[in-house]
Amino acid sequence: MSAVTSPAFRDNARAALGDRQLQRALAEVPRGLAARRSAARADLPEFEALREAGRAIKDHTLAHLDLYLEAFEKKARAAGSQVHFAPTAEDARAIVRDICRQAGARVVTKGKSMISEEIGLNQALEADGIEVVETDLGEYLIQIRGETPSHIIAPAIHLTQDQVEADFRRLHTGLPADRQLAEPAQLVAEARQVLRGRFLAADVGITGANFMIAETGSTVIVTNEGNGDLTQSLPRVHVVLASIEKMVPTLEDVDTLIRLLARSATGQEISTYTTFSTGPRRAGDPDGPEACHIVILDNGRSELLGGPFREVLRCIRCGACMNHCPVYGAIGGHAYGWVYPGPIGSVLTPALIGVRQARHLPNASTFCGRCEEVCPMKIPLPGLMRHWREAEFDARATPLLYRLGLAAWAAAARRPRLYHALARLLMPALGALGRRRGAFRRLPLLGGWTRHRDLAAPQGRTFQALWADTRAGVPR
Amino acid sequence: MTGADERREAVIFKIRKALGTYDSAPRRAAVAGRLAAPPPPLVPERAKRRRDELRSLFRRFLEGQSATVVEAAGAAEVPAAIGRYLRSANLPLRVRVGDDAYLDRLPWASEPALERRRGRAEAEDEVGLSRATVAVAETGTLVLASGADNPVTVTFLPETSVVVVREEDLVGGYEGAWERIRARFGAGAMPRTVNFVSGPSRSADIGGQLVMGAHGPRRLCVILVRG
Repeated sequence: MSAVTSPAFRDNARAALGDRQLQRALAEVPRGLAARRSAARADLPEFEALREAGRAIKDHTLAHLDLYLEAFEKKARAAGSQVHFAPTAEDARAIVRDICRQAGARVVTKGKSMISEEIGLNQALEADGIEVVETDLGEYLIQIRGETPSHIIAPAIHLTQDQVEADFRRLHTGLPADRQLAEPAQLVAEARQVLRGRFLAADVGITGANFMIAETGSTVIVTNEGNGDLTQSLPRVHVVLASIEKMVPTLEDVDTLIRLLARSATGQEISTYTTFSTGPRRAGDPDGPEACHIVILDNGRSELLGGPFREVLRCIRCGACMNHCPVYGAIGGHAYGWVYPGPIGSVLTPALIGVRQARHLPNASTFCGRCEEVCPMKIPLPGLMRHWREAEFDARATPLLYRLGLAAWAAAARRPRLYHALARLLMPALGALGRRRGAFRRLPLLGGWTRHRDLAAPQGRTFQALWADTRAGVPR
Repeated sequence: MTGADERREAVIFKIRKALGTYDSAPRRAAVAGRLAAPPPPLVPERAKRRRDELRSLFRRFLEGQSATVVEAAGAAEVPAAIGRYLRSANLPLRVRVGDDAYLDRLPWASEPALERRRGRAEAEDEVGLSRATVAVAETGTLVLASGADNPVTVTFLPETSVVVVREEDLVGGYEGAWERIRARFGAGAMPRTVNFVSGPSRSADIGGQLVMGAHGPRRLCVILVRG
């Protein structure tokens, strides 16, 4: 599994806010993606109806997931694929490692796969002496820096062009030192040239899957670069990493979901390449892999089917929630401390690594609700974060002082007479204390609040008292 | 049971346990019914227009997605149209192509300088020539089916991709493409890959700036054959 720094979320966030390079990168890109999404949505009058249709497809599939997985497995096997089930991340790593060993793999190319990050696949293969090459440009940029993705569709969104140029000059030492690299086009051309050699040398190609189709036993990837196609077409062996919730019944169901996916992600009408892969190369095919393996990962997802979190399994990984999140926009993805950042990460991460480790994430929200508003699959993200906050409290993962404070407040709030009596005493006292400035700069036990803003002092009597007077006909 | 079977059973069992259900006849019937007779998909209005409107929609989207679209008056015009495009882009008159019967029958004698090499693409190939089984107007999308007639490497490896598609193969929405694929390969069957291609390869991973030609073709030229 990838390293977890979620317990240090507060420190991570503070560091991110002070990181000028990161703040420069965050100033542009997520906002641009949000604006393009809005334009693409306006261009398709059926967009809202498609969201409902997409939600219905996933709800039906998840309610029958065991049977659709079996149907998929049968069709995939008939098409010549080998299907492997992986209950845990460890199982998945072992399965892929064994496939690579059997293939005698020395070089493995990879298309973009968040599951691969989740299970820490690269480290496992590298420990076996394999050269692992990320081919999605963004994934390549972070691989050469030894970093993790900071966004699920734009993994290097935290990097600026200058950083990329410096990395290429440091790493691509076989090229002339005086070459021009000031333009993004020059940097992309250099990455293309360097990676082309690895595509041609690879023994095994590993891709993710946006969808698995029960009707045909196909898996689907969506890319703009075409790297996933070279990854799966050139090597002898193609390995697909998919998680159980990627299932859909038919080809037409994929149509509905791809009508939502690119528009929500980047504002494109459709991503440049959508590829449906079914088995290995056929008799007479001059290219394509000789063997195709599909690894289907659970890793804790099946447990979510039984409760309120089932809805999060509708996610099609577009990233719209993070592009529209004020918290993500301020601190970027790394601060969240594990593979899935932003609002979707705040709901998914506690499920996958445990609420104790991820307890800060459901609290890293202003509950502004934009994530739910833009989610193409209508996942009630703020509501699910609230569930996690409750789970965190129930699991006693919240610090003691905080719990005592909440218990005291709850004890008062449940007794209206006591609450009103306390309010009648406290409010005028606070009002008198704060009369001179009209606000408090600092208050005992409220340091977290007053560090960043003042607390307004009460200006007079309580609302309840005013209300009682109004009802009694007392003139104001 | 082998380890693989145990892992499979474990995943299926955990799903059933969480769903609070089991492998019942009514659930099987629901799944079989949904697969055999899916609900009608929601096809956007823009995909339901008349043929001539679909053609301009297809063109507009593809050009908006940075492809070049050339209309040929008929099959006889295609070799010359390819030649003109390659010359205008300053590219060699040498293309890699599969065994597609329609492309084979074109009057190549009309463009004698154009050399065609057969088979899968190799690293040194600069131009690939493919044929799309279907074109989808709703987003300017080509649909290519892999095989000896249409090797997938020809579409992805060379820097320039030229794709021929007949106007009669133009449909409104993605659903129309699946109708054609099912008619050709049989219900529930697929070639090794079906590729939806909607422009040249691109990336915005460096500083959010869009650049063409990330790993796949830098240029995509679509020859739309009228008539």
